[in-house]
Amino acid sequence: MATVSRPIPGQIVRSRSSAGLWSDAFGRLRKNRLAIVGLVLVILLLLTGIFGPMIAPYPYDQMDLKAVFAAGGGPLPPLSPGHLLGTDQLGRDLLSRLLDGARISVSVALVVQVVIIVIGVPVGAVAGWFGGRLDNTLMRFTDVIYAFPDLLFIILLSVVFRETVLAKALDGLLVVFVAIGLTSWVTVARLVRGQLLSLKETEFVEAARAIGVSDRNIVTRHLLPNGISPILVAITLGIPAAILAEATLAFIGIGVQPPRASWGSLIAEGQKYIRSEPHLVVFPAIAIALALIGFTFLGDGLRDALDPKLKGKQ
Amino acid sequence: MISYLVRRLLWIIPVLFAVSVITFTLMHAVPGGPWDREKRLPASVQARLNNEYGLDQPLPVQYVSWAIGFVTGDLGPSYRFQDRRVNDIVMSGLATTVQLGIMAFVLSVLVGIPLGITAALGHNKWPDYTSTGVAIIGIATPSFVLAILLIVVFAVQLGWFPTGGWKGPEYWVLPTIALAGFPIAVIARYTRASMLEVTRKDYIRTAHSKGVRNQSVVTRHMVRNALIPVVTILGPTLAFLVTGSFIIERIFNIPGVGQFYLNAITTRDYSLLMAMTMLYAFAVAFLNVVVDVLYAYIDPRIRYS
Amino acid sequence: MARPEDATTEADAPTIIEISPADVRRVRTSAEPGLAKRRKADKLLSVRGLSTHFFTPDGVVHAVDDVSFDVDYGETLGLVGESGCGKSVSALSIARLVPNPPGRIVAGEIIFDGIDVLKLNDEDMRGLRGKEIGFIFQDPLTSLNPTLTIGYQIAEPIRQHMTLSQKAAIDRVVELLSKVGIPRAKDRLNDYPHQFSGGMRQRVMIAIALSCDPTLILADEPTTALDVTIQAQILELIQKLSDEFSTAVLLITHDLGIAAGMCDRVSVMYAGRIVETGTVDELFANPRMPYAWGLLDSLPRLDDVRGDRLRTIEGMPPLLIEPPDACRFEPRCRFSRDICREREPDLTPRENPLHQARCWATEPDGWIA
Repeated sequence: MATVSRPIPGQIVRSRSSAGLWSDAFGRLRKNRLAIVGLVLVILLLLTGIFGPMIAPYPYDQMDLKAVFAAGGGPLPPLSPGHLLGTDQLGRDLLSRLLDGARISVSVALVVQVVIIVIGVPVGAVAGWFGGRLDNTLMRFTDVIYAFPDLLFIILLSVVFRETVLAKALDGLLVVFVAIGLTSWVTVARLVRGQLLSLKETEFVEAARAIGVSDRNIVTRHLLPNGISPILVAITLGIPAAILAEATLAFIGIGVQPPRASWGSLIAEGQKYIRSEPHLVVFPAIAIALALIGFTFLGDGLRDALDPKLKGKQ
Repeated sequence: MISYLVRRLLWIIPVLFAVSVITFTLMHAVPGGPWDREKRLPASVQARLNNEYGLDQPLPVQYVSWAIGFVTGDLGPSYRFQDRRVNDIVMSGLATTVQLGIMAFVLSVLVGIPLGITAALGHNKWPDYTSTGVAIIGIATPSFVLAILLIVVFAVQLGWFPTGGWKGPEYWVLPTIALAGFPIAVIARYTRASMLEVTRKDYIRTAHSKGVRNQSVVTRHMVRNALIPVVTILGPTLAFLVTGSFIIERIFNIPGVGQFYLNAITTRDYSLLMAMTMLYAFAVAFLNVVVDVLYAYIDPRIRYS
Repeated sequence: MARPEDATTEADAPTIIEISPADVRRVRTSAEPGLAKRRKADKLLSVRGLSTHFFTPDGVVHAVDDVSFDVDYGETLGLVGESGCGKSVSALSIARLVPNPPGRIVAGEIIFDGIDVLKLNDEDMRGLRGKEIGFIFQDPLTSLNPTLTIGYQIAEPIRQHMTLSQKAAIDRVVELLSKVGIPRAKDRLNDYPHQFSGGMRQRVMIAIALSCDPTLILADEPTTALDVTIQAQILELIQKLSDEFSTAVLLITHDLGIAAGMCDRVSVMYAGRIVETGTVDELFANPRMPYAWGLLDSLPRLDDVRGDRLRTIEGMPPLLIEPPDACRFEPRCRFSRDICREREPDLTPRENPLHQARCWATEPDGWIA
């Protein structure tokens, strides 16, 4: 028997209770187990990032040198009294620092995407809507940005802005967020442009024009809601890249300033104790892994759920 | 086809030009200068050095002289290593970095694609689960974490490989794996998705209806079509390898070109920094062109249109 | 009425051609030489009680339910019905190409050329596909591999099933291409599917189907995806070639006009069942099932008055999940009575034993004469 998988014939009429794009998509999303896992992880991360530090047992920078010396001078292992996940070499509670790291990662996720949307959507919309020379120039410009080796450019920007007012904001993190955002908006811009280009020619634009809807309204009220799904997917899938970039930068010492505890910097600090007290590296690594997995699965699930090709098929 | 290739290659020039201008401007926007050391040099010494190196000229003039040098192949003197020219510095590490990049790329493709294919063919059975599992680990583990783990397990605990350096083949293994981890995962996932999509295509049904063996349907019909979209992510993969290599070089203490980048920024070694940035930018741009042309070539619908 | 082509010698050819309005198909006689040497069993294809179901998360879809039909050597049988009635799945079932998961042949018997198809192992089944059973699919654009040359794709079944040298295989491919009407065949061997027009691609598909001289061709809506102007050419080509090679054709179509023009016999399917079967003449002159009436009635006619509404059959075909034991057409039927809702009618013969219908009303003791 040939093993091909194809859509099912013989299923003729199905009355759909609500034909909305979103309810269809949501139904599909619910059935996708990996996507649900991703959603759970993402929600967990968001909750931890927002509320975590408030319920942390200690402030992230509180040192407990007495306990450290009492135990022989090194970091305390997990399940030590009062420290569920142990401490670092200065007696700072690892769990509390991880929660601070969660807050940082959530901020990365959100702020970077905001930057991307603020720059990418207008650029893409303008290019796609007006077309012609404006489109060409903007696309050439995005080619240049795209050609920049991102990580290197982020480092350069971070160092450049380090001495400015911006750097003081958010303990050095805003610089990194903005830098990451400045190198990552191109994908979204291209997507928006592509959506507009294809939707521009469709009939409902002609119809809207015919009844006198202004150009701007056409874009914002008619085209964007329809074209938004690939953009939503791109944003969701862009978050792991941003988190990864921030962690990598923190690892090499750029961005977050001590004593704040990005997961990347925790790993950098914990490196030297990895043989004796691996928990300092393992727990942040697990945290990063869960965040990356969560957003990736969710993004994949969204993409599958919103894929127009799959609409109407099981 | 040829005109497409030529056009794409020529386009690299204005892009590099823009990159150089932006980098140059940003570079000089970093406060401080190349002479900042722990000990502050007396102002007169600084002024003399600035004059010698032309740093007291207006910026546009400095840029032009740099550009002229660049185009004629002279990358200037290093500000940090005052007895060496940037050309020599770059050359000393370039081969190593390129070698690392190529090895990681080959590993990514040789492992990632078969992993994706087996996952798709064993859809929802154990081959799928294992390779998806591997892929998940790959995307969830940043390269620096993977590097640390590899060092701890295989170099320190088991002692099979050295912890750093680049003195022979045994030094190549761990860094290559660390660098290739993420691309393997991405390529595997992409290949799997592409294969699954191809499985649903009508022409696969036609192939079966002709009585073609299952094995041949897979190799001659499915794989060929599934790999075409996979080529499109080779571009970003190569870009990742180019930029990610410098982290790996740092962790494993590899004397490639990446170690210079970070130092060049922090020590304001202008000419070295410009050279490094241009090098990386060129690599990314050029590799992207290669990938795009490759894609246009292997898809007959594009090649013969 | 015999047509000139059927005459066995030139001396017999009538000088004046008289063709009656009903005489639009070719007439088969069992004396045709090609058929005699092929005949291995009573019928070429005998399908009995075939049921193919799809196991979906929403339930079991009875795409094909207890379907039986025969195709004789060299004959053209039409399988007619609207989208989703199960005709395509029936054809796929014969070649065991039903996608599994989620589909499966759950019951029935398929005897092809004396061979019990459902009992074959995979290897032997593969030997039949492409060699004795040729397939023509609906959409030639998606049914051809875009990254392989058409020469390769036509040669594939030849190399698989026949032992020919490289050169002989190429020659055969060129010959096939010319036979299906592709000009300058030799030059086009290394072209890709996207370099051909829709009609030409379908000709390539026909060449593939015929490449190993099969005894049966399964043509699944071969012209639906093509321009109207090309449709006639392709159908003519299929007819001509199947005549020439004495190949039987199972023609699947939703278009009654095509069925009328191409087929010897027709089986009408509805909701996974055969609801009427008979010769083309019988069926079109004297249909015995309300669905068939509706179908024929819905065809626009030359004497329709412009401005009249098109006649349609009201309602929609049923969901095929766990169908009840009742006539499946009943909800849309004007003539139904209680018994139609209580028990599904069987396929029983009418005046001519070869003409069968599935309808309580038109049974000998039914309420419609």
